[in-house]
Amino acid sequence: MSWPAFSAALVPLDHLGHYLHWHWLLISVANLTVIVLMVVTFIVALLLPFPGRRRRKESR
Amino acid sequence: MSTTEIDRQWTTKLRRRVTAKLPPEKLLPDTQPAYVSSWIYVFGVTTLSALMVVIATGCLLAIRGPQWWHGSGIGHFVNSMHLWSVEIFFFAMVIHLWGKYFMAAWRGGRSLTWVTGAVTFLVSILTAFTGYVSQTNFDSQWIATQAKDGINATGGGAYFNVLNLGQMLMWHIVLLPIAAVVLTGLHVLMVRSKGVVPPFADTASEMS
Repeated sequence: MSWPAFSAALVPLDHLGHYLHWHWLLISVANLTVIVLMVVTFIVALLLPFPGRRRRKESR
Repeated sequence: MSTTEIDRQWTTKLRRRVTAKLPPEKLLPDTQPAYVSSWIYVFGVTTLSALMVVIATGCLLAIRGPQWWHGSGIGHFVNSMHLWSVEIFFFAMVIHLWGKYFMAAWRGGRSLTWVTGAVTFLVSILTAFTGYVSQTNFDSQWIATQAKDGINATGGGAYFNVLNLGQMLMWHIVLLPIAAVVLTGLHVLMVRSKGVVPPFADTASEMS
């Protein structure tokens, strides 16, 4: 299977996108995925130790 | 020319004011405070890097034009680079905004730094929107016809006509990028001038 055909099979763009609807809230799965990824990246950025930080602390 | 006359010149006054606010060691510092060694501080510069790619790819698209970005392989590639660098730009900018919000980054006389950042965010949204309606494809036509009702409901449709491709393209490639770049430049200069905001614990120890 060629790459364009593979990517088209993976993310089909020839039909309507998926939406989540809960009371007044209507959001596409694609937008929700990006928001979740941003929240996860934000939390990881707060918790993940920065390389070389311990070394700099010890040298002080 | 006497010394008093030189002191009164606007060029002398401006130079002294600029060099007092932003001496070279502040403009391009050798080191940063220890608290900057955290992943949460990388998203500002990630946003800036993405903006550079957005502008570089945008310039290429402007030079070659719509037939190139719709009809050739390399044109598609540059068009996609333009789109994905915008995606990274917004992704990083939103995390940068969250980080700075929870740090209360407007502390210590940094209110204008916060305000220029927030206004740049709004200008960027408008730039992205005018980009979506300037693609010259069915997607841009669909977005423009949907958006016109929203803009008309605000009463702004007569001045900002989303169905007018020429007007939208000019906003997208001239007015809004100039505004975004100038605001970003001011924002970065203010960060250099005031320094990166310290964590709450450091501010408390400085005050005690």
